[in-house]
Amino acid sequence: MPGEKSASVEEIDVSAARKIAAGHRAQGNSLVTVLQDVQTEYGYLSGEVLEAVAEEMEVPFSQAYGLATFYSSFSLQPRGKHHICVCMGTACHVRGAANILEKLERDLGISSGETSEDLKHSLESVNCLGACALGPVVVVNDAYHGKVSSRDVDKIVADLE
Amino acid sequence: MSTVATAKLASLEELEALRSSIRVEQQKTQTTVALCCGTGCQAYGSGRLIEVFAEALAKEGLEDSVRVRATGCHGFCERGPLVVIHPKGTFYQRVGPDDVGEIVAKTVKQGELIERLLYVDPQTKEKAQTEEQVGFYKHQHRLVFGNNGAIDPKSIRDYLAVGGYAGLAKALSELKPDELIEQITESGLRGRGGGGFLTGRKWRSCREAEGEPKYVLCNGDEGDPGAFMDRSIMEGNPHSVLEGMVIGAYAIGSNHGYIYVRAEYPLAVENLGIAIRQAEELGLLGEDILGTGFDFEIRINRGAGAFVCGESTALMASIEGKIGDPRAKYIHTTDVGLFGKPSNLNNVETWANVPLIVNRGAEWFSSMGTEKSKGTKVFSLVGKINNTGLVEVPMGVSLRDIIYKVGGGIPDGRKFKAVQIGGPSGGCIPESLLDTPVDFEQLTELGAMMGSGGLIVMDEDTCVVDIARYFMNFLCEEACGKCTPCREGTKIMLDILGRICQGKGEAEDMDKLEALGEQVQLTSLCGLGTSAANPVLSTLQYFREEYETHVKDKRCPAGVCRQLITFSVTPEACTSCAMCVKACPVEAISGGTRKGKGKDRVRVPALIDQDKCIKCRACHEACKFDAVVIS
Repeated sequence: MPGEKSASVEEIDVSAARKIAAGHRAQGNSLVTVLQDVQTEYGYLSGEVLEAVAEEMEVPFSQAYGLATFYSSFSLQPRGKHHICVCMGTACHVRGAANILEKLERDLGISSGETSEDLKHSLESVNCLGACALGPVVVVNDAYHGKVSSRDVDKIVADLE
Repeated sequence: MSTVATAKLASLEELEALRSSIRVEQQKTQTTVALCCGTGCQAYGSGRLIEVFAEALAKEGLEDSVRVRATGCHGFCERGPLVVIHPKGTFYQRVGPDDVGEIVAKTVKQGELIERLLYVDPQTKEKAQTEEQVGFYKHQHRLVFGNNGAIDPKSIRDYLAVGGYAGLAKALSELKPDELIEQITESGLRGRGGGGFLTGRKWRSCREAEGEPKYVLCNGDEGDPGAFMDRSIMEGNPHSVLEGMVIGAYAIGSNHGYIYVRAEYPLAVENLGIAIRQAEELGLLGEDILGTGFDFEIRINRGAGAFVCGESTALMASIEGKIGDPRAKYIHTTDVGLFGKPSNLNNVETWANVPLIVNRGAEWFSSMGTEKSKGTKVFSLVGKINNTGLVEVPMGVSLRDIIYKVGGGIPDGRKFKAVQIGGPSGGCIPESLLDTPVDFEQLTELGAMMGSGGLIVMDEDTCVVDIARYFMNFLCEEACGKCTPCREGTKIMLDILGRICQGKGEAEDMDKLEALGEQVQLTSLCGLGTSAANPVLSTLQYFREEYETHVKDKRCPAGVCRQLITFSVTPEACTSCAMCVKACPVEAISGGTRKGKGKDRVRVPALIDQDKCIKCRACHEACKFDAVVIS
């Protein structure tokens, strides 16, 4: 799990990021691809990691930071041990996804896009997962929960420990 | 899956010889269990079913004579997990691990039907034994989607067995690039990603453009929420996309291709990657394709979660590793595109149509559809609809037929209200216009657009103002910020819509929205901005009354906009079961219990404290007796 690696925020070993960047650079791949792979490795993109990547790719830090903030799949914060993702696609919306997201925010005590301080939970909303038949959809650590009701949220949260 | 000869095919004859040998081998297996492993069915647990089937077959000693085939999406997501048993085509739905033993023992071994797993038509109550008998499939015309249920997307041998890469072979052996472009132009194929530009004409421009190298690109950045047909093609039949691209590259004169796939589609990335490797191994991709001397390589780029990257110039910027900013297109991307070179971008569904046209001819293709929109279109039918799923119909079929014949109408006896077509760039179409034949021109005329083909059905419990606000919120968040009309215009429209939903709307708000919407339409830089106002303008056009009710009466007739509704309990209907009391997160409900003993025992109906109520709907959902009402 990438999330587990991010537990210690202070000391980050950037050598893996450098290695990934160097490998892609040799193949002529783009900075977006590098950042994607680096995020897969670390679970998120920290300042130190971004700096290392920029240096290795010989681009200004602002360019790496610009990409990391423009594209929504990049996260500058570590993700929680349990990553919860609520689909806010149109089909889920008309079936009440907003209420589900709100309930999760209430129950977990964090807003969408945040990670809890103890790094246990992180909550995120996405535009559409393409599983519209199952709407509203909540994905917890890659496991899909379909046709979620408020009561299902209680169960989902209870099972997170 | 058996792994036989992966040597490069050096000629067309070798391809046909391989195809024949695969067919002979596959005919040895009498029975195949085709298991839908599309995203919908996987979410229902079809992945687990593969193992359970393998175990059950092994127990019966059938592991060698029966093949379990994990296929791509069959489209009928509503009834997943889906299982089809060939050669008879027996169709089972909502199959769970506990059903597998019985399926193997009865259906696979004895050919007996298991009644409870058959699909029952909700109207006629008739049981369907095969897919063809199910209303959802009966009214469709599956071409692009036709092989999804028949092949394992991870097996090039399966694709070859159903005639795969025959189009490529034909193109390379019988047609000159110019003739090929002529054929695609004559077929009338238009871009399936939204714009509807003539594919053949685009290819011609790119072929004739000056500059080398040329690039052939596939847009798999299916960003419209509620649309997932491209995903299902990439996941379920990736070779059809590759084959289309190689044919296009040959016609255009390109040796380099890219597929840009949305970040949220990991399975599509995986299956396309496998397909590329397999095609390279067989010499259907890479250097000297089928010994003809033609080279073409394809790389996959993953998107990183930006809706605007579905726009051609933004997509190209993203492949280059930059921020996905679009640019003005005074100069077409067919002249100056990726890395400043001539580039031809088509979407997934468009590419998947190409091999069909080459195989069966332009005339065949153009015999389907309307005067200006030819062939079929895949729609994703979602929202308040009985049969959620992917639907492929000829162009020109009416929306009513799609929603009622294929989609089975609206659930729970609710009334149809509108259908949003074309995603955030599209528009809302009311009941009165449901008989409109679906094609590019007709939809644009109605203020909607084909878009990528998302159809979101709404019933009377959906508020159109809320939907307009939803789309505007989406676009406002996704706007890249480069041009002022889109960046500021969407923000202001969102503010106004938010105000209306909160009951703070003013009489002139509707006119303001219209004026602003038209401005944004006329002056924005790229497609995101020029179509951003469509959801607002179309709902204002067809549902102005509902806006007025929000603004003047401060009421939301659909019972959606929170600040305009209240929740209360009807004492007569309340059974004091206390489900609502338990469900309420803010302890706003009192009562809902019984008091006293013996004869004096009385029911105390639940009562909602309006000051505490946060209108989260939990009580409404929890009540089994419809005692919690929204007004």
